[in-house]
Amino acid sequence: MLVTRNLEFSYPNGPTFRFPDINCQERSRMLVIGESGKGKTTFLHLIAGILKPVSGEVEIAGRRTSVMTGGELDRFRGENIGIVFQTAHFVESLSVLDNLILPHYLTGRRIDRGYAKQVLTRLGLGDKGNRTPTSLSTGEQQRAAIARAMMNHPAVILADEPTSALDDKHAREVIALLEEEAANTGAALLIVTHDNRLKEFYANRVEL
Amino acid sequence: MNLFKIAWSNLKVRPLNTFLSVILLAFGVGIISLLLLVEKQISEQFNRNIKDIDMVLGYKGSPLQLILANVYHVDAPTGNIKVRDADKIVRSPLIKKAIPLAYGDNYEKYRIVGTTFDYPRHYGIELADGHSFEKPFQAVLGANVAKETGLKLGDTFTSAHGLDQAEGEIDDGHSHDTPYRVVGIYARSGTAIDNLILTPVESVWRIHDHSAEEEHSEEGHDHAHDHDHELPPIDPMEQEMTAYLLIKRSPMAQIMLPSMIRDTDLQLAVPAIEVNRLSQDFGVGMNTMKAIAILIMLLSFISVFVSLYNSLKERKYELALMRTMGGRARKLFMLLLLEGVLLSVIGFVCGLALSRIGLIWLSGQLKESFHYSLDEMGLERGELMLFAVTLGVGIVASLLPALRAFRMDISKTLSNG
Repeated sequence: MLVTRNLEFSYPNGPTFRFPDINCQERSRMLVIGESGKGKTTFLHLIAGILKPVSGEVEIAGRRTSVMTGGELDRFRGENIGIVFQTAHFVESLSVLDNLILPHYLTGRRIDRGYAKQVLTRLGLGDKGNRTPTSLSTGEQQRAAIARAMMNHPAVILADEPTSALDDKHAREVIALLEEEAANTGAALLIVTHDNRLKEFYANRVEL
Repeated sequence: MNLFKIAWSNLKVRPLNTFLSVILLAFGVGIISLLLLVEKQISEQFNRNIKDIDMVLGYKGSPLQLILANVYHVDAPTGNIKVRDADKIVRSPLIKKAIPLAYGDNYEKYRIVGTTFDYPRHYGIELADGHSFEKPFQAVLGANVAKETGLKLGDTFTSAHGLDQAEGEIDDGHSHDTPYRVVGIYARSGTAIDNLILTPVESVWRIHDHSAEEEHSEEGHDHAHDHDHELPPIDPMEQEMTAYLLIKRSPMAQIMLPSMIRDTDLQLAVPAIEVNRLSQDFGVGMNTMKAIAILIMLLSFISVFVSLYNSLKERKYELALMRTMGGRARKLFMLLLLEGVLLSVIGFVCGLALSRIGLIWLSGQLKESFHYSLDEMGLERGELMLFAVTLGVGIVASLLPALRAFRMDISKTLSNG
């Protein structure tokens, strides 16, 4: 489902990163763990096609994203990759529900409000659809961001430090939620973090 | 969900920024559009009233005043001239037509003008009701006069002295002045006649020449008849006129005629020249207003630019996020452009509304002092140009923010968020 080979990246006048090859099967979970400065976010951006590798390649759902360009890549990313960021961000002028259907609109799919409501209800936000994102609590925002990542039934879910700002209890909740939603949508889940607490949950892990 | 909705939400969520941009645009557009409307309607009114009148013959004084008083009926006349003195000009072979105007009094501030049938015919004015004036003390009302005074066919009224004192009242049977009888009402023409009461010249002479009337009344001759009583004849040559509107037969008239009145109390004025002079004076004011409006448009351009640019800084992360959700760079570019366009369209519409409100107010002022009104609220052709310019302001102001969104480094933006 998600394969990387010989990925290399270097920032202008900066360090060069060499990343280990990973192979993430359908419906599998994987943890990428590493300290600050090891290039975790860079790795995630390379996988998501937000950065272009200097060499090497990324293959998602059988297609090599490293050869795609421009609009094609944007579209592919929107359809196949759901990203959950460390802090939840939204288009603040739109309601929570509208933020959820944004991935439908931006990838040119049919807009399915019913599905968005269904996901919100599943995540305990059924009555928050018409609120503005900023009026939600931090925990609610994080759940809404996870809900948004599921909207296009992605092949891969990338989570960037989803737990590092949370206490043990909430960290466990978020991980459980990510697992559950990945299982629900049949996606592979890749978590990138420096949070050592997560090690115990994942046998399948890569260290940077 | 569409781009329009996202753009609109983004404007709504920053009401103060949006309000500032819209209000500046609206004022810029409003002033320019008001100027366009006023300029067009005034020049139309000017031209409609001049309509082939080549010269105006009247008492000496300011030529502009002579024109304003007798072509537009807004200023006081320069004075009266003797029919006998004017006769050689009026009957000159160089003149094709001479329309006499004798200022009478007023009725509720509407001027009563003694003239001939030629006057309304010259402007091609039709009767909306009744028939034309044929005998002394028959009156035909301009469209506005009929509307504002409520006088109807068959009504009688007595005039008040002078041009502006509203002393006239519906005849109650006890008035000593001879009452006028309304025999017709003109259709609206957009000329000064809309605001006049026309009557045969003789009515004005008789009202002003009581002594003559009494003198001749004993003779009791047969010429002019009213329904009630016979009127004695009067000698036109001994009477006075306020002015003659002249239509020349030959271009020589403009050269030859002035020499014929050199040592008299008469003057000849050319409407086209006087109006030209007047609109040049107007023009200075108009240009100042235009400069102010352009300055405001410039400010609104800066305001739209700063507003979008600032909002872009706040929204960088949002936009990067939209890219990760499948939004193409092109789409974000269009989104920001659309926000600029929306601002200009809203500003333009508000500006049009403002200019119409301004026009109604201005028209009210003019009506009060001159009986003139500016009531064409339709879209002006110049306003289409103005729309294009406003749209251009919105597009150009949002171009740079849109380009920045287009070229944004998503990875860097997301890492710094």
